[in-house]
Amino acid sequence: MARIIVVTSGKGGVGKTTTSAAIAMGLAKKGHKTAVIDFDVGLRNLDLIMGCERRVVYDFVNVINGEATLNQALIRDKNCNLLYILPASQTRDKDALSQEGVGKILEELKKDFKYIVCDSPAGIEKGAHLAMYFADDAFVVTNPEVSSVRDSDRMLGILASKSRRAEHNEEPIKEYLLLTRYSPERVKLGEMLSVDDVQDILSLHLLGVIPESKSVLNASNSGTPVILDEKSDAGQAYADIVARYLGENRPHRFIDDKKGFFGKLFRSK
Amino acid sequence: MSLLDYFRISKVGSASVAKERLQILVAHERSSRNQPSYLPQLQKELLEVIRKYINVGQDAISVNFEQDENQETLEVNIVLPDINTKNT
Repeated sequence: MARIIVVTSGKGGVGKTTTSAAIAMGLAKKGHKTAVIDFDVGLRNLDLIMGCERRVVYDFVNVINGEATLNQALIRDKNCNLLYILPASQTRDKDALSQEGVGKILEELKKDFKYIVCDSPAGIEKGAHLAMYFADDAFVVTNPEVSSVRDSDRMLGILASKSRRAEHNEEPIKEYLLLTRYSPERVKLGEMLSVDDVQDILSLHLLGVIPESKSVLNASNSGTPVILDEKSDAGQAYADIVARYLGENRPHRFIDDKKGFFGKLFRSK
Repeated sequence: MSLLDYFRISKVGSASVAKERLQILVAHERSSRNQPSYLPQLQKELLEVIRKYINVGQDAISVNFEQDENQETLEVNIVLPDINTKNT
């Protein structure tokens, strides 16, 4: 049975697209046929992060309007042949998406794919609403920072009341916390909310912590999902998250400050 | 800079302030999230009715909705003006 995952946050710039790209790649690398959809109509960026921006011919809105078939619009990833990208339209506005149209496309994808990852736009408007509406699981991407935590809580309220599952009185969406841009050193100094602090407030199941890492910018610069950088801390953290989501038992890493005295003395930042 | 940081560990950081502020805010926003959407309109109309008879200010009325396992309570609180300052 296919599962629809929404990657959401409310707040912008916390790492939704980075996370969508990484976990979609991770699921596909584990042998599951996966599609990742950009719901940010008018401000698409998933294509850039996945490195397929020059191969976009048709988009999500073209398929909804019947101007292209789903197979014409889906772009096969260059690194993994089980991964497909459905880009958002760059020229239309957010009203180009309709609940009926999105529902039909997701139903069609469910026949062929094991996982469908929906990369939500920021905010709580139409695009964000449609990205989460049909979801089975929600990855709530949060930074250890006040505005992000507040917006995540707001998003949790929306997931619990405005989704298809909520409206049909079905089992609620399974919600998972992904804490990104985490800096164990700053937590230790009392300058940053800790994992426990954020969990106390949001009471969510923690799927994983992504440390603040140079590898994330390196990955987006080159258009390769950071999970493929297997030597990097962020890449490993995302690999752990995918494994945990699939039921493997992996201890949490990157939560504690491992740097010793000299590491602190000479750290560059 | 990082050398100085190392000697300031004992300083109380801003994270605890952030947590406290968030806990209060999130609790408040969650309680208002469960309120029925007609509350503001109800409050406005009640105020109009009361004002037909008594001259009260905008903030003289508060409408609270509370919910527990067994019951839902709608609490309406109206502060009447002081008898001495009454002007009709």
